Amino acid sequence: MKDLTRISNVYGDGKVIDACCLFGMMDTSGKCFSGRDVTRAIANMHDRGNGLGGGFAVYGLYPQYPDYYAFHIMYDSKEGKTCTEGFLNEHFNVHHSEEVPTRPVAAIKNPPMVWRYFLDADKCQREGKLSPDDYVVARVMDINTGIDDAYVFSSGKNMAAFKGVGYPEEISEYFCLESYNGYLWTAHGRFPTNTKGWWGGAHPFNILDWTVVHNGEISSYGINKRYLEQFGYHCTLQTDTEVLAYAVDLLVRKHNLPIEVVAEIFAPPLWEEIERRPAKERELLKALRQVYASLLMNGPFTVILAHEGEMIGLTDRIRLRPLTVGEKGSMLYLSSEEAAIRLVCPELDKAWIPMGGEPVIGSLKHPIGADRVAVAGGAV
Amino acid sequence: MTENVATPKMVKIDTAGIYYRDLNAKLRQLVDEGVEHIELTNVCGQRYIATDLSRPVDIKIYGTPGNDLGAFMNGSRIEVFGNAQDCMANTLNAGEVIIHGHAGDICGMAARGGKIFVRDYVGYRAGIHMKEYQDKKPMMVVGGTGQDFMGEYMAGGVLVVLGLGLKEGETHKANFIGTGIHGGVIYISGAFEPHQLGKEVGVAELDDKDRKILGDLVNEYCAHFDCDAEAILRKPFKKLYPKYLRPYGRLYSY
Repeated sequence: MKDLTRISNVYGDGKVIDACCLFGMMDTSGKCFSGRDVTRAIANMHDRGNGLGGGFAVYGLYPQYPDYYAFHIMYDSKEGKTCTEGFLNEHFNVHHSEEVPTRPVAAIKNPPMVWRYFLDADKCQREGKLSPDDYVVARVMDINTGIDDAYVFSSGKNMAAFKGVGYPEEISEYFCLESYNGYLWTAHGRFPTNTKGWWGGAHPFNILDWTVVHNGEISSYGINKRYLEQFGYHCTLQTDTEVLAYAVDLLVRKHNLPIEVVAEIFAPPLWEEIERRPAKERELLKALRQVYASLLMNGPFTVILAHEGEMIGLTDRIRLRPLTVGEKGSMLYLSSEEAAIRLVCPELDKAWIPMGGEPVIGSLKHPIGADRVAVAGGAV
Repeated sequence: MTENVATPKMVKIDTAGIYYRDLNAKLRQLVDEGVEHIELTNVCGQRYIATDLSRPVDIKIYGTPGNDLGAFMNGSRIEVFGNAQDCMANTLNAGEVIIHGHAGDICGMAARGGKIFVRDYVGYRAGIHMKEYQDKKPMMVVGGTGQDFMGEYMAGGVLVVLGLGLKEGETHKANFIGTGIHGGVIYISGAFEPHQLGKEVGVAELDDKDRKILGDLVNEYCAHFDCDAEAILRKPFKKLYPKYLRPYGRLYSY
């Protein structure tokens, strides 16, 4: 009998090195840069994934259409495309549409069609009180749950998610990401554990302009999913991470909570820690745990969340998955491994490992290094 | 007749772009040929460096080595000019690892011998389940502080936390220090609250024997990182020890 391990693994040792990899880089001054460095960085952690999922989120991507929702949609069949385009024309004004350009990559087998549409949601006025954002969320859910062979990869303004089955560097090559520019990029290399590796299940997950890439396992998925269904979010992508994208949209956009509070909901301090906090903080933390018990993310995780103008790194409260941070000038880097950051930026101003459950936030509103530059400028 | 080529004692490798398996194969080959000193530059995430060498050598690393640096290492000496990632010195058997920077999570995991010196701080679960047997006794010195679960399930060895960089009266941030400890000892300088310790941890003053062990390790730390041993040893230290040798011995008995 043929020894297949010798064919698929030239080293013949059968070792599986398993863990997802995450990378995020943001210029908090808003300057845009290409996908080259983020691809090199995530490729440096190649061995953490197994080729069953890779993806990227990019912000500041479509300056020519900043005010239109940019829908990236994956189709498994022509019927799915025809049906979806009919749906889009009925519910939106589509200003421009095209196939997302790709190039042939040997490792990418049987890719689905991926199209993008730039559209406005002015027709939302037909549905009474719905805001354009709510209208978009509802229509995305309609497509994902109601139309066969069509999945919305991303639906935000001036941003998009590119993802598929393959190693992240292969996905980057396939979608020609070196030719795009953005001020914030996140990336993911996948090692699927409980669910299958398919194009829709690759990270990032998205709703509106929120994206999430994730390493770990959300064992509270069932309870999170049921809670989100009450608010009209339907999980269709067969992977635990999806709940995080909807949860953060609900908490930040609908419930107006600051991201620091969201971190306390996803990764709350342990009860005994809450008891030791000052009275006012204790009241808040208890209230959050009571009101949002169903959005506590249980299990080991590290995530990089992003939306327009902001990138957030967060781990579970006892940090069962790694996260390391680098800063250089106005750049913020988040990564599963420091080496990936050093590859694209060898001389960091600061490199550190945050405590579990404490968010690391990069924001256009509060660019890092700005005060440092001012001080330096004053001294000179 | 084969030509007799003198093996160089010292070899430098620019590791930029070299895959970790190829790098480790090269290291094995060099060590087998008799090389004593190896200098690796531009290291960037290559895993398992120095894990399976046939005899002890001296390795200097410039850059950021990957996970499991020196895993299962048996007698070599590694000096890193940069930070270490996760799982550094995993199940270290003998030898020395010196980090001129900080180290990631679970460094020194299950170490059963050898010495580890980290100039700055360490991530989660440093020294988890270190153990000792007869003359095999792992020792780890951390210059700054550690994150949660330092010395978790410790079964032997010595973990020293110097608390350098903490301000006067500032407490360590770590919680669950020594949770599940049932062997070995932790010497720690810098303030901590009782609730930061695992419930299996006892606190005591150092006796002369402790002072001797601590003094030797602090002197070694200061020799590596060029700092003042006397000043460090003047700081107050506490000894954390296991209250029970078999904390869960009766868990399934009755």
